[in-house]
Amino acid sequence: MSTLRGSTAFGRLAVVLLIVALFALPYLDKNSSHISAYADTGYVVLLAFGLNIIVGYTGLLALGFAAFFAIGAYTYGFLASPQFGLHLNFWPMILVSAAVAALFGLILGAPTLRLRGDYLAIVTLGFGEIVPQVFQNLDKWTGGPDGIAGIDQPHLFGYAFGFNPVPYYYLYIVIILASAWLLNNLRNSRLGRAWMAIREDELAAAHMGINTTSAKLAAFSMGAAFAGVAGVLFAAKLSTVSPSGFDFNTSVMILAAIVLGGMGNLPGVVLGAVIIGLLNFLILPQASNWIHGLGDQLHWGWLQGVDLNAYRFMIYGLILVLVMLFRPEGLIPSATRRAELRANHDEASGITGGDVPATAEHLG
Amino acid sequence: MALLSLRGLTKAFGGLCAVKDLSLDVESGRIVSLIGPNGAGKSTVFNLITGIYEPTSGEIIFEGRCLNGLRPYEVSASGIMRSFQNIRLFAFMTVLENVMVGEHARMRAAIWDGALHTPRARREDAAAQEKALELLEFVGLTRMASEWARNLPYGMQRRLEIARALAGEPKLLLLDEPAAGTNPAEKHALMALVQSIRQRGVTIVLIEHDMRLVMEISDEVHVLDYGEEIAHGTPDQVRRNPRVIEAYLGKGA
Repeated sequence: MSTLRGSTAFGRLAVVLLIVALFALPYLDKNSSHISAYADTGYVVLLAFGLNIIVGYTGLLALGFAAFFAIGAYTYGFLASPQFGLHLNFWPMILVSAAVAALFGLILGAPTLRLRGDYLAIVTLGFGEIVPQVFQNLDKWTGGPDGIAGIDQPHLFGYAFGFNPVPYYYLYIVIILASAWLLNNLRNSRLGRAWMAIREDELAAAHMGINTTSAKLAAFSMGAAFAGVAGVLFAAKLSTVSPSGFDFNTSVMILAAIVLGGMGNLPGVVLGAVIIGLLNFLILPQASNWIHGLGDQLHWGWLQGVDLNAYRFMIYGLILVLVMLFRPEGLIPSATRRAELRANHDEASGITGGDVPATAEHLG
Repeated sequence: MALLSLRGLTKAFGGLCAVKDLSLDVESGRIVSLIGPNGAGKSTVFNLITGIYEPTSGEIIFEGRCLNGLRPYEVSASGIMRSFQNIRLFAFMTVLENVMVGEHARMRAAIWDGALHTPRARREDAAAQEKALELLEFVGLTRMASEWARNLPYGMQRRLEIARALAGEPKLLLLDEPAAGTNPAEKHALMALVQSIRQRGVTIVLIEHDMRLVMEISDEVHVLDYGEEIAHGTPDQVRRNPRVIEAYLGKGA
């Protein structure tokens, strides 16, 4: 017997085949702008992993998650560019940036995690707005709105990654696989159970010996660490960072990815992130080109003016509305969440508490 | 020395005194019941002991150590676990996971142990799972181990709460109306369970409304009314106490 549900032989085979297909992809699709889009999808997946710990496992609604992404990217920017003349090696900087982002997760979390629900969402939203503003306005160090250019790109055994998207694509795959392994372990660990217990009933969790404050802080900093790693890869691939890449839209995109795919369930999170990522980096730009081509053929000048990228958020919104209407639990939900949403339809759960106050005086 | 001593415990909410100058001792190995009409302050006493509320005045002493000001997780780590009057399970976790959460404070694996699935974490998890299964067997829920807690029938949810509390290896178990809302057969089975928990060496403080049950299994009964203790003693002594009869039935009954 296992606490982990549904890890079947078929499921494992599917995962292996998928991984093989992912490694083969650059041989099948030699279009370098496609590969670049696939690679960029990688950072959406990593960000979704991080946010899933906070929102999916622990049940804390955090907006403004892109702030940690920005912190990771700028950390690498500071440490490996002409900006300060530092050129530290890329590989250890992955861990350094993860640690810096995690530290900021703690700094943000410590004063705010006493808040619940909407209040936490508002504070994290504010943080998400503040961080890019700080990077924009501290122009003496951060290069202001132009950001930092000339960021070092990785080398591996004498091979320079440069601007070729293929090695970044492989790097993302390796890091995503390692992250998925870590996350799955965490989900089934003492801490993972504590996170879920907090999501289900924080007060009961505290009575079971869980230090809810430190478990929530752990969730925040772990989630932020994933965003930090995503930031380093993002900055290295682009060789530049600027504040505009980390606005509220990015945070919404990540939240949309995990809601679409299925919160709290790793395969769902990956699928949601891949769909949103490909939509963002590949499908919308391409579809715009097709429409422009169609306009040329038909001599319909107004089609030239159509830019689907501008409608990106309307399209995300539409997707979310459709998901909420037809599949509120997400595309591949965790069994838990499906039952939860179904249950809320049926009747109020029989498990509620009333003998202890909703907000404890001394829960901390 | 008593396992748990309350000394002049008082909790006021504004002008309302929910618990007033309550002193009582719970000796190790006993089943002690708190009874009293609705609103007498019984659950408030539990909430004070477990650190949800801070006492307005008075002291809570457990194994010679003052618990005042400890947070709930520290109280449970010190060896006091509880169940809730209105069941508070982790609805969308499995029955087995619910019990394993109860073992949290007894486990040591750190965040990196869990993330890296170290031998230490694996060993500890396997042991935790084994212990959880043993407890599920003890309360008769083995078959339900991989169900979600919310899918259990009500009586079984009550038992699961007890198993989860026992997973913390308490010396003192606080049961807040464990038999509330169950049918007579379930109620009887639950009380048998409470007695076998005592045989495992766990001291029990019980809040219960069903007088017949209380009188049957308690070694000692404390009666609260409007936050004050109005009587205590063996079930027989309490049953004959005129103040208790008055509190329950009113004057001139």
